[in-house]
Parts: sequence; C-alpha cells; structure tokens
Amino acid sequence: MTPGRTEAEVVLRLDGITKRFGALTANDAVSLTLRRGEVVALLGENGAGKTTLMNILFGHYVADAGEVEVFGQPLPPGNPRAALASGVGMVHQHFTLAGNLTVLDNIRLGTEGLWSRSYGGAREKVERLSRDFGLAVHPDAKVGRLSVGERQRVEILKALYRDARVLILDEPTAVLTPQESEALFATLRKATALGLSVIFISHKLHEVMAIADRCVVLRHGRVVGEVDTHATDKGALAALMVGGELSLPRAEAREPGAVLLRLEGVSTPGRGAAPGLQAVTLELRAGQITGLAGVSGNGQAALAEIVGGLALPASGRILVKDTPVTRWTPGEALARGVARIPEDRHHQGSIADFDLTENAVLEAYRTRFSQRGWMNWRAARGFAEEIISRYDVRCPGPSTRIRLLSGGNMQKLILGRAMAGGPKAVGPTIILANQPVRGLDVGAIAYVQGQLIAARDRGAAVLLISEDLDEIMGLSDVIHVMSEGRLSPAFARGTMAARDLGLWMAGQKFEDAHAA
Amino acid sequence: MRLEPIANPSPVRRLGLPVLALVATLGVAMLLALVAGANPFAVLGQIATGALGSRLAVLETLNRATPLIFTGLAVAVAFRAKLWNIGAEAQLYAGAIMAVVLGTGALGSPWVLPVSALAAMLGGAALLLGPVLLKTRLGVDEVVTTLLLNFIMLLFVSYLLEGPMKDPGGMGWPKSTPLIPEARLPRIVDGLRLHWGFALAILAAVVVWVIQTRTTLGFEIRAVGQNPEAARFAGMPVNVVLVKTALLSGGLAALAGWSEVAGLKGHLSSDLSPGFGYTGIIVAMLALLHPLGVVVTAIFVAGIFVGSDAMSRAAGVPTYIADMLLATALLFMVLAILLTKVRVVRG
Amino acid sequence: MSEIIDILLSASFWAAVIRIASPLILATMGELICERAGVLNLGIEGIMVIGAFTGWMAVYQGMPLWGGVAVAMAAGMLFGLLHSTLTVPFGLSQHVVGLGVTLFATASASFAYRLMLPEVTSPPKIDPFRPLDIPILSDLPWLGEALFSQTALTWAAFAVAGIVALMLYRTPLGLAVRAVGENPAAVEAQGLSVTGLRMGAVIVGSGLMAVGGAFLTLSAFSSFFFEMVNGRGWICVALVVFGAWKPGKALLGAILFAAFDALQIRLQQTELGVVLPYQLFLALPFILSILALILMSRRAEVPAALMVPYNKGER
Repeated sequence: MTPGRTEAEVVLRLDGITKRFGALTANDAVSLTLRRGEVVALLGENGAGKTTLMNILFGHYVADAGEVEVFGQPLPPGNPRAALASGVGMVHQHFTLAGNLTVLDNIRLGTEGLWSRSYGGAREKVERLSRDFGLAVHPDAKVGRLSVGERQRVEILKALYRDARVLILDEPTAVLTPQESEALFATLRKATALGLSVIFISHKLHEVMAIADRCVVLRHGRVVGEVDTHATDKGALAALMVGGELSLPRAEAREPGAVLLRLEGVSTPGRGAAPGLQAVTLELRAGQITGLAGVSGNGQAALAEIVGGLALPASGRILVKDTPVTRWTPGEALARGVARIPEDRHHQGSIADFDLTENAVLEAYRTRFSQRGWMNWRAARGFAEEIISRYDVRCPGPSTRIRLLSGGNMQKLILGRAMAGGPKAVGPTIILANQPVRGLDVGAIAYVQGQLIAARDRGAAVLLISEDLDEIMGLSDVIHVMSEGRLSPAFARGTMAARDLGLWMAGQKFEDAHAA
Repeated sequence: MRLEPIANPSPVRRLGLPVLALVATLGVAMLLALVAGANPFAVLGQIATGALGSRLAVLETLNRATPLIFTGLAVAVAFRAKLWNIGAEAQLYAGAIMAVVLGTGALGSPWVLPVSALAAMLGGAALLLGPVLLKTRLGVDEVVTTLLLNFIMLLFVSYLLEGPMKDPGGMGWPKSTPLIPEARLPRIVDGLRLHWGFALAILAAVVVWVIQTRTTLGFEIRAVGQNPEAARFAGMPVNVVLVKTALLSGGLAALAGWSEVAGLKGHLSSDLSPGFGYTGIIVAMLALLHPLGVVVTAIFVAGIFVGSDAMSRAAGVPTYIADMLLATALLFMVLAILLTKVRVVRG
Repeated sequence: MSEIIDILLSASFWAAVIRIASPLILATMGELICERAGVLNLGIEGIMVIGAFTGWMAVYQGMPLWGGVAVAMAAGMLFGLLHSTLTVPFGLSQHVVGLGVTLFATASASFAYRLMLPEVTSPPKIDPFRPLDIPILSDLPWLGEALFSQTALTWAAFAVAGIVALMLYRTPLGLAVRAVGENPAAVEAQGLSVTGLRMGAVIVGSGLMAVGGAFLTLSAFSSFFFEMVNGRGWICVALVVFGAWKPGKALLGAILFAAFDALQIRLQQTELGVVLPYQLFLALPFILSILALILMSRRAEVPAALMVPYNKGER
C-alpha cells in the first residue's frame, strides 16, 4: 500500500444519498469518498443501486436526500452540465454517442458555447489525448462504423477532452474481450498516474481485484462494506455482495443424446455494424446445454434469429431432427418444438400494456386458445393462471398489466410460456435462451438457471447465449465461441481456460486456426 | 422535468382527467365567445339548444353524426394498430363514387344496396392498400401519402363531376346524376328525416367492438399496435395484420361516403364532406379509440357543429368556433390521457 | 414537344419557378430544422395558414410589409411552442399533435378572419412586396427577367436556405441540433438540454413555416383565401424526405418541384390542356410528392431519433 494515499486530497464526496422510485428505495443513505489518483470499485449485483447512484452524481436524477461535493464544492443537483464543469466525466454502460456523426463531432459536442462560431484546436487536443492515454481512434471516422471497443475509447476521450479529473465507468468491460479489458486497465493506470481518479462500477470480482485500490460494496441500495482490495480476496467480496444468500446452480455433466437441431454452413448478410453469420455449423443435442460465448455484437443476434425462426439463412440449411426445413418462421419454429427466451424481454418478449393472460398466449393464441378466429379467453386465462402458479410469478393476478412486474417475474412468465411449448401442449424439445438472466436479481437468476438445467435433464437441447463467461462456464456441457460471425469448434466443459476463451472471443484463435 | 409511469392509476385520475379536458374545452369556448363580444353562457346555451333543443335539431345532429361514426371507426381501427390513416376523407369519396357508379341504373333493384355497399368498402379498402403496402415494403410514412391522396381524390371527384358523372339536368352545378330510388337508403321511421345509415353505423361500431375484443384479428391488431417487435417475435404476421387493418379501416371510411350519398344527398357533389375524414380523427381520439365510444363522441362532435351553426346565426359568433373547440378538445384530450398514465416529477 | 422546349426557354417560366419555389423553400427549411432535431412537425399545413393570415391581416391593419412578416413569424413560433410543449417534454404522439395543431391553427385563422371581417364577401387586397430592381442585373437580357426580378421575400427565402445550411454544418449549435436528432442521450450526457434544443428547433422551424405561408399573401397573391395553402405543407414534408434531410438537396428539390408546377400551369394552355382534364395537371404536384417519397425511401438517411420522444433518465 502506497504511503500517503490516505492523505491524498479528497476529490469527490457523496454524503447520505437516498433515492426512491415509488416503493423501491434504490439508494439508502449511501456515502462514498474518492481521493486523488485512486481507483475505487463500486461492486454489487444487478439492481443493487450502482447505476442509480452514478446517475445522481452525474445529474441525470435528483436525489431525495444527501449531498455531492466535488473538489470541496457542493454540486447542484439534477444538472449534468454542472457535473461536467466540475470535472466529473462519465462513461455510460450504454454508450451515448451519435452514430451518424464523426468521432471529433461527438467529442466536441456541447463543449463550446452554442452561439460561438467555431472550435479552436479541437482536433489537436483530441490527437494529443489519444497519444497520451493510448486511446487510438481516428477523429474523422463516423462513430456508427466503429467497433464497440473503439466506441468506448471515444467515450473516454469525451470525458478527457473536457478535462475531467474524475472518471466514472459504468460496467465498462461488459462489452469487451478479456484482452480489450487489459488495454482499458492500462489506460486507467496511465490516468491515475497523471492524477485522475476513477470510479469503476462492476459486478465482476476478478476485475475489481485487478484494477481497484478500494472497493465499496452495495447491496439492496445500501453500502454493506468498504474494503481495501489488497487486504481482501474474491471469496470475501462475493459474500459481501450477495450477502451469503444463494449459490448459483451448477450443472452436472450428463450423457448427450441425439442431434435435435443442426445448422449446416449457415450464412446471413451483415446489418450495419453487426456482422452476419459466416458458414456456421452448429449441433444442438438432446440432454445438453450448449453455451455460446462471445462479446456482444459478434453475430449472436443473427444466430438467435435463425434458431428462433425470425430469419432465413442466405445460404446453408437448417435441419430439425435430421429433416431440412423449407418454411421457417417463428410460428413454424414453435410448431417444431423450439422454445424461445428472447434477449430483450421488454421489447421482444412481452407487450408492456397487455395483461398477463394476453402475454401468456401471444405464441399460441391461434392454435390453442381460439377456434375459427374467435378467441377463447376462458382457456387463455386458465393457462395464464397455470403458469403463474407453476413458475411462481409474483403478481396480483392474470389481469395485471405485465409492465407492473419486476424483471424477474416478467422473465418467469416468459419462461413458463416457452416451456408450455407453443402450439401443442407438449414440452419443447429445443430451447433457445438468449441472455436469460441479464438484469435479474440473484434469486431470479438461480431460479431461471435451475429451470434450464431441469429442462436439459428432461432431454431438451438448450442453446444458452450469454456475454457472461462465468454463466457460460458454469452451465454449459459444451461451449462455442463467436467472433465476427464465425463459430469456434465445440469444447467440452472444463477443457478450456478463460484466457483461451478470451483469445477466441477476440478473433485471434480464428486467425491462428485459419493459418494452420 | 421528467415523466414517471404510475403503477396503478386511481379511478379518479383515469376518469377525472378526461372530464377535466372537456371542461377546459368549455372554458376555451367561453373565452372565444368573450373575444367575439358575446355572452359566454348564452353562447354555450345556444350551442346546446341548437344541437338538441328540438326534434328537428336532434335528427339533424344524428344525421351529421352518421358519417362521423364511420370515419371515427375507420380512424379508431387504424390507430389501434398504429397505422396512421389520415386518408379517411379520400376513402369516403371512394365509397361515394361507388354508390353513384352502381346506384344510377347499372344494377337492378333488390341487389343494388348491398352490392353498392360492398363495392364502396372495397373501393375504400383499395385506396388505403397502396399507402399501407408502401409502408410495409418500402417504409414510406403513411401519414404523408394518405394526406396527399386526399388532395388527389378531391381533384378526381371534381373531374368526374365535370365529365363522366355530370348530371345533364344539373343546370351547371357540379353534381352527379341522382341515384335511382331503389339505390337510396330508406328512412328509419316514415316522416322523420333520419335514414338507415345511422343504424348501420351503430351496427358497424358493435361489429368493430366484437372484432377487437373477441377475435384473433382484434388481438393481433392490438398487439401489432402496442409492440410490433414482440408481435413479430411471437409469430404474428405483422405486415399481413397491417394490411387487414387497412382494408377494414378503408372500408369503414368508405361507408361514410356511401351512406351520405345513398341516405342523405342522393347524388355526389364535391362538397359532400366538409372534412368528415379529418374530424373522424378527433372523434376517434376523444373516444380513446374505443369503437362504442366513437358513437358517443361522434354524436357529441356532430352536436357541436350543428349547435354552432344555429348559435352563429343568433349570436354572431363565427361558426368556425366549432372547429376551434374540437381541435382544442383533441389536444387537451391527448394530454389528459397521457397524464392518466404518468406523473410529472422534478429531475 | 417543341412547346415544352419553348416554355423551358422562356424567361417568364423561370421567374415563375423561383416565385413558386420561395414559400416551399421557407417552409421546407422550417420542417427540416424540426426533423433534424428529431421532431416531425405535421402542424406545418396549419402553421402556413396562420402565417398567411396573420401576415396579411397585420399589413391590412396598417403595418409595413416587413412588420407583417415579423407578425407571421411570431404567430408561427407561438404554434411551434404549442406543438413542442406537447411533443417534447410530454412526448405525445407527433402524428396526433401535429394534426391537432394543423386543425387548431386552420380553425383559428378562419375564426379570426370571420371575427375581424364579418361582412366582407371577398377578402380585401393589400399592397404586396414588389420585385426588387437590382442595378445592372435586372436589366440583363433574359436573365434579368428570369432571375433578377423577384421580391425581397424571395431573396430572403434563398438566404434562409443558406443560413440553415451554415448553421447546421458549421456551428456548435448546428452540431447540437443534428446530434439531438441522432441520439438525445448523447446530447444530455454532454450537458446540453435535449428539451431546450428540440423545443427551440420546433419553435424556430415553425416561425419559418409561417413566413412561408405569409409569402403567399404578402408576395404572391396579395389577399387571403381559406384554401390558399392547399396541401403545400404536406408537400414540404415530402420535400424534406426527398432532400434526404439536407438543406442543399431540399432546396434543389423545392426548385425542381416548382418547375413542374410552373410547367403544368403552362401546359394547360397548350393542346395537352385540351386533351387532358385540368384536374390531372393540378394533381401533378401531389402525385410527384408521392413518387418522390417512393424514390427516396430506400436511400435516405433518416435522423435516427426522428419521432422518438426522449424522457430524461429512462433507459
């Protein structure tokens, strides 16, 4: 531990921050200090209140109570401009960039008075910062054409360009390969060496251990611990983070069965910055969870569309139980026993202002809950009630609008709908689970993962797509990696280290395999 | 400021705010009367008596409401699917043209009414098919195309009235040959000036309501309107649903023109509709897109028009006060509906 | 065919093209500003009516012509304020609010007209803008008549197009307007007010639309009729799409469009006008607008956040 760090100047102080959204208390009297030249990690599960806290600091929300002080000066609430002017810069989890503008325009947006006529020396300053912090990116490139890693560099440059002294990074590594994360850490070390301070928001323990000096742990909106990372270990942090409540299910190995779904040399056209599939061959076997790892935006969405029946391959074949399919629509996929848990439960998986009954029958209203075009609402309601009780959906009743449910309960309804098996009342044989636990609390995660394992044990073929390597390694019987639309060979569980997976995710191993 | 969704809006909020919107509209009416130098209470009273004060007034209001129910339903059906059909005016004329084409002797007596009604619906539906296909195939905004089609349609009607459909006995007035008696809708009660078009309009409202609440098509229309991405994911043929919606919407709007020609006027003229298609948007929005509500709001809107005409003659306030009130009511109402679902919070 | 060539070569034709294009240019630039900021303004048709009416009425009541233009602009901005209040902070449907504003503005103009002139059967005329006499240029053969015998308001329209282009592409304000139409979250993260920028754009854009309407009464026709805007607003919405949301292309679109309009008026006097019904000629602008929309549908780069309301803090 560097002597003198504790005496370094306090650059940021949050004091007793409380924020409520209706009945939910997102932040409960949270206090935090940040000193010059240090990296503080804000650690917590999804929904622990990390992002809310940072949005208050940055002026996107106004706190119900509490104060923020930057360099000894109180920060007026609800004013991003004041936060920027005081030297706080934020790199959001979802990038706030305008895709149709250039890198330079995105960086200098809002930095000059709106009524001034031009910018002086913006390009030179951006180029200098790129060099000093190791953030290579071309100032005249349109942001829409950049890779995710490059976009993140633009976000960091935006903050540095405004002479930020405090950088806040919200889950910065979620979209990066392990190698890209290393490069980011190098940049952050340069920044702290130059006297900047960093708040690093994450729920990944090994990253927190690698980069942070101190770690503040949030649970249910409260600070439950503040520890020096040099004086702790992953296990202790994990216990603090989840409160020792639950351990996630781990799937035991099992003998695989027949191939239920086979993609043969499937290719799709790319869409904008998102790559299409490149001659992907994939087998999903009965009684097996196939994990698909990869940095988001590398073709997982295209693959999910193919498996889910939303798109047809430009070339290649889809075989269900050895029979090539000719018609392939969501309805056809459902009819052949494919159950789908979509990536985005709010926009794809449910209709916010429909009630639970209507959402429950979305996929099967034609075949099971209507006759000759007339809806059978009585049967539909019964079906919804069955899902609610069997899958433990906590709600006032089947006439509740789904938008009022928590993410976890919403996901349970979608899960129940999928497991009920579309047009016919037999269970599904193929399950596409695309980011099934993203944004859920620990309890819901355990439940959903447990259901996937149970389905596997009943003999279903499960395709699990996730950006979370721990989830993939914990649940999958075999693992594939996607990078730029290419699919790696299958690896049996436990045969590959995280580091090698990272090299596949970065595309490195594809090149090696190609050269060999 | 920021908008925050309200989890469970209270009934007071859900009903009170729309009522408040109507009260605020009345306030604007009184203000306009003051500006025009008239007694605001007298003006409101005269509008009310003008619309409902006598048997004649009531019948006039119901007659005026008939096309508005049809166009209001057309808009309500389309907007439910977030298909922005602003072309009810043109579809109305398509229906009117069909009434004239088949009703001036081309067809023998027993079949002429049902066949011309069906033809009218097909005509209106066909007119909306173009914009909806441009929307689903090429992503062309249907608002602008349907609006532009209104202008093209009016010019087409003008051409028909001066050429192929011109009434030889019209003494220079731009109107079509009159319909044969068999092609006219009879009156509901002998001697009372109210034709069967009104009853058909109410029947149409009930049919639309049944479709929306009891059929798979209604379920699909609502799903596509609320969240097309989720509808597509669930396996609904989104574009097919939009096309079906368009056919239904265009057909309903066409019935407005058909019933005006067959029930009220007996011929086609280029002033057949004083903007019934556009007013249908207001009717539908005030009814919160509910088909049975459309009947109520159409009568209300028709009453304001009829009442304002009478009031204008008596009090000297320009009759355009009706248009101002309805536009105001529309804007107040959309704001009120929003505020039943969200609250405005600081920060 | 030779008749068409004769028309295209006549100086009066080109003078008419520029005259017809002027109100379209003003209103199209107004709509373009709104849409670049992410707000579709379907109030345009009614706002043009209000501009035509208020500008004319102000001059009829004794104000100078430029005073009329200022009054029209102010009236348009007022309706822009109404539109943007409902569509920006409240995030209401831009379709419904736009149509509501059009209905409200049109009704207001009719109501005020009847209130202020209860007795008249035909609307009174005012003394409109006269063509500017520019030394040397106006005296040039052919060119003088074709290009340099226009009113000051026409020159203003072309100047506005230039200013809008410069503003959008060369100033921090323009960058902010373009960014807020692409990704409002990016604008907010940089400390700028999404609400302020969008409302400002709609208000200024609406002012320009109203001046476009005022051109009709103060420069083109010298009187006010209820139906005088006659769909020009909707055509301008199509012109913005046709111009791919770029001021230069939209300007060219407006001129091209005006050329077709001027041509159809002249073709009505030829043999074609005898063979074909005049309604077909009158429908041409609307048919062309639909064709323009179809033509550009696949190519245009729509502002990514057009018609997407932004609610602070919502993810």
